Amino acid sequence: MLTVRSLKSYYESICALKAVSLHIEKGEIVTLIGANGSGKSTLLNSIIGLIPRITGTILFEGKEIQGLSSYTIVKLGIALAPEGRQLFSPMSVLDNLILGTYHYYSFKNRQKLNDKIEWIFELFPLLGKRKKQLAGTLSGGEQQMLSISRALMSEPRLLLLDEPSTGLAPKIIENIFRTLTELKEKTNLTIFLVEQNVNLALDICQRGYVIETGQIILSGEKEELMNNKEVLRAYLGKE
Amino acid sequence: MNSLLKTSYAKACLTFIFSIILMVTLRNPYYVGVLVFLGIYIIITTGLSLLMGYTGQISLGQAAFFGIGAYTTGILTTKLHMPIILSFPLSFILTVIIAFIVGIPTLRLKGHYLAMATLGLGEIVHIVFNELLSLTGGPSGFGNIPLIKIFGIELDNDFKYYIFVWAIVSFILFLSLNIVHSRIGRALKAIHKGEITASTIGINTARLKLYIFVLGAGYASVAGFLYAHYITFLSPGTFSLRFSILLVTMVAVGGMENIWGAVIGTSVLTVLPEYLRFFKDFDILIYGIILMAIMLTRPEGLYGIKIPLKRTGNNG
Repeated sequence: MLTVRSLKSYYESICALKAVSLHIEKGEIVTLIGANGSGKSTLLNSIIGLIPRITGTILFEGKEIQGLSSYTIVKLGIALAPEGRQLFSPMSVLDNLILGTYHYYSFKNRQKLNDKIEWIFELFPLLGKRKKQLAGTLSGGEQQMLSISRALMSEPRLLLLDEPSTGLAPKIIENIFRTLTELKEKTNLTIFLVEQNVNLALDICQRGYVIETGQIILSGEKEELMNNKEVLRAYLGKE
Repeated sequence: MNSLLKTSYAKACLTFIFSIILMVTLRNPYYVGVLVFLGIYIIITTGLSLLMGYTGQISLGQAAFFGIGAYTTGILTTKLHMPIILSFPLSFILTVIIAFIVGIPTLRLKGHYLAMATLGLGEIVHIVFNELLSLTGGPSGFGNIPLIKIFGIELDNDFKYYIFVWAIVSFILFLSLNIVHSRIGRALKAIHKGEITASTIGINTARLKLYIFVLGAGYASVAGFLYAHYITFLSPGTFSLRFSILLVTMVAVGGMENIWGAVIGTSVLTVLPEYLRFFKDFDILIYGIILMAIMLTRPEGLYGIKIPLKRTGNNG
């Protein structure tokens, strides 16, 4: 579904990603783990077209998408729930959700929009209760749900999640991740999850990659990574 | 009924009805004249509100677009004796083209480059008006611009012109309110809040910013057209940077979060100087003090203010 080949990303003259290659198959949950500043977010931002200076190829469903603008990439079927949620805080929950449908919404398919919103409220009932509330007044967990929901509203086939667990209570994280796994099983959605919370990420994924200073140093199936000495030592604190 | 009143159509109609009632009660041609100007300014500030308040882009060149609209129709009708029905679309199109030329490169950038580019445009236009003597008459301007005739009625007094201007104001408000409440309106607010995030949910931010900038310029051009055929005389002084800044101030004073804020701000800053004439030479001083008082007590603008005036901010 998504193939990244020797991707290099630059901020000014600094090379943040040094020839990263990875692939994600349809219906998988793939995780990318790594420390702060290792290039996790840069990779996601490169895929969605936010980094102006990249080289290499990014193939989405067989189509080269590197160098395309963000809004075109979103139209093709990739959505990002960005780091730090980035909600439109002075706007209502409902408006935030509707904004997610920007690229296909028109007056004629209002019904589809309503169905979509209903569906989101089934996934995250808490949001339904708060639909008129301003996004900025939600709790952290609800904001994260809204951020993911906004991404889902754009009907992605590939969902990119940038550290959804940041600053949330374990119970809420568990709730969100359970919903995501259910969603994946029901709709065959593909998820690329970037996380610092390695335990959690390895728990829900099928495969994973480990990134360090802009390079993929390790990749493998869930069990392989969980038992890998390096991963245990560096990320799970077990000797 | 209540929801019907909330439609932009109803709001625009009510604005028009209110303006007519105002005219009938005032009756004094001078006051009506002031309100004609108010209508013309509201057309410009409505566009500026869409651009500044909703999209978060500052333009310091609205006076230039206002001027291009006014001068184009003025020159076409006096020098080329073109009928107004032709000069209006031509002046509108010329303004829109110039707005595109300025907007395309600057709105691709993030940040306040538009303010700088439009500042430059304002100066250029001002210089052209001053120096292109053969067409514009230079600093002393030119006159004898014909009056507008609709269905055989010549708009030759303040009352007729007032009705014409406010009908257009109502239409512009109708159009703008519809934009604000549409998917475009939501996208504009999204751009204001976070341009990068807006692009990651599928909004073509550069194009949308450009369209709304051009729309604002178009509004200013319409206002310029109305101005030229009302005053029938044009000189460069009207279209200076000072006026652009005044327009920005009107939107800021009224409240940037809402179209009605622009209407309120424009009304206050247009009508206030008339009341301050009572203070003779001190009027500008008092005008400044009132402006400062408004910005200190209502930094978010006058829109949504509670009457009677309550102090806010102490309740955390």
